[in-house]
Amino acid sequence: MIENYTGKLPKPSPETQPFWDGAMKERLVLPKCDDCGGWTYYPRPFCMHCFSKNVRWTEASGKGKLHTFAINYLPVKGFEDIGPAVIAVVELDEGPRMITNIETGGEPDPETLPIDAPVEITFRHVAEGIKLPWFRLAG
Amino acid sequence: MTKHPHSGKVAIVGAAHTDAIGKLPGHSRLMIHAEAARNALADAGLSLKDVDGVFSAVATPNEISEYMNITPRYVDGTSVGGCSYILMVQHAVAAIMGGYCDVALIIHGESGRSWIDMEVAGTPQSPGGQFEDPFGTVGAASTYALPVLRHFHEFGTTKYQMSHIPAATREWALLNPMAMMHEKGPITPDDVMASRKVCYPLNLLDCCLVADGGGALVLTSAERAKDLPRKPVHVLGSGEATAHRSVGMMRDFTTSDSTVISGRQAFAFADMTPADIDHLMLYDAFSPTPMYFLEDLGFVPKGEVGPWLADTRNGDDGRTVYRTGPGGDLPMNTNGGGLSFGHSGRYGMFAMLEAVYQLRGDAGARQLDGINASLVHGPGRQFAAAATLILGRG
Repeated sequence: MIENYTGKLPKPSPETQPFWDGAMKERLVLPKCDDCGGWTYYPRPFCMHCFSKNVRWTEASGKGKLHTFAINYLPVKGFEDIGPAVIAVVELDEGPRMITNIETGGEPDPETLPIDAPVEITFRHVAEGIKLPWFRLAG
Repeated sequence: MTKHPHSGKVAIVGAAHTDAIGKLPGHSRLMIHAEAARNALADAGLSLKDVDGVFSAVATPNEISEYMNITPRYVDGTSVGGCSYILMVQHAVAAIMGGYCDVALIIHGESGRSWIDMEVAGTPQSPGGQFEDPFGTVGAASTYALPVLRHFHEFGTTKYQMSHIPAATREWALLNPMAMMHEKGPITPDDVMASRKVCYPLNLLDCCLVADGGGALVLTSAERAKDLPRKPVHVLGSGEATAHRSVGMMRDFTTSDSTVISGRQAFAFADMTPADIDHLMLYDAFSPTPMYFLEDLGFVPKGEVGPWLADTRNGDDGRTVYRTGPGGDLPMNTNGGGLSFGHSGRYGMFAMLEAVYQLRGDAGARQLDGINASLVHGPGRQFAAAATLILGRG
């Protein structure tokens, strides 16, 4: 765990607690609809596609594609050890898209981050009870 | 098609900025509101006693009624981001036509730079607090930058093409003494590319200018407008929509869905098409913002905005003439825009004020000849909400 993390921390709410509990076990757990089969992100107690209440917490593959991104050169708290934050939208293989960060292991170069490149999940342990879902280019 | 029965029946009869825009450390958020209201009412030839409808977003209608010591019988505090005041014009038209108020005062004020009595929104338990804020989305540039590479990827749009937006907009600011960049000289697309990196693919000159300031509009029926001193500006069409809150929830990162829906309604209400529009005010929080709107409102075919922007010509004096700049075929953001005029945080009011000035013939050195219709469009947050107005000369 990162000691004295300075970044903004999420505070789980009743409908998202299982997501954050899953993240602590390094699993991406999302509501999946028993009626239409759709996956929902961010977690809600219903299906974002058909509004059905018949959703079940289900582990997703953690694989997806880099849909779009930006590189934030403004100073961002919590990224002191990382450098400029690569803010990304990842499209999961299951369908939903999520705002996340891309781990690049050094100064990010847009040329090395092709749009639609395959990515896989990784977790950044930032505080007690909180691991943030990040992604990196799939090896 | 026929126009909506409310089209042309309500008029903007007063419009004004605060005395100054820029750095106003002596003005609190509420002082800015009161100054904007006073100036707009003076412009309309009306007094505060005439106002029976109050519309405001950065201050709640409760705060306004108390601070200005009035008891309006109709209030609207719709707060969906920078376009909130553009939506409020549509709401004011409905209220006036419905008989719920006779004189609507729409007030914007924001201590966006000095940050005197301003709130910070959002909690760590909100969807944004859990699923956006922890990922380094500091500053609106970071969230406005996020969709852009998808547009580049799908259509081959380039950063250089996009850089024509701030360059063209600066040309207008040079003609507007109230613009923050009025004295700063022209910039080229290359200057934009060479300015400091803020959030790739946006550089400093792709970003709006943070400012303190405000403005207000006064609306009443077109009938009553005939007895008032200013040339009325008629509301011909309007539309609004909201699609999501976070930019990460865009259905398609190359299109603002709320813009499409809002724009379509505005054209239908006015029974007009993009070919009928002489002047555009497309809210430019960042360079990509109006770039998306040009396409999504139907002024440029989808995916073609990059080459369209870069299609410049040389003027008689050797200066570059941009499509949207002075001398161009589609004049846009003629006050200098959020990029070179100033941006308080919810800039929509300033976009409408400039459209009113242009249609009244009050735009000084930047006045366009013979314009009959102006379209104003703005986003709420990052392509989340949207609102459109088509305004016409009375």
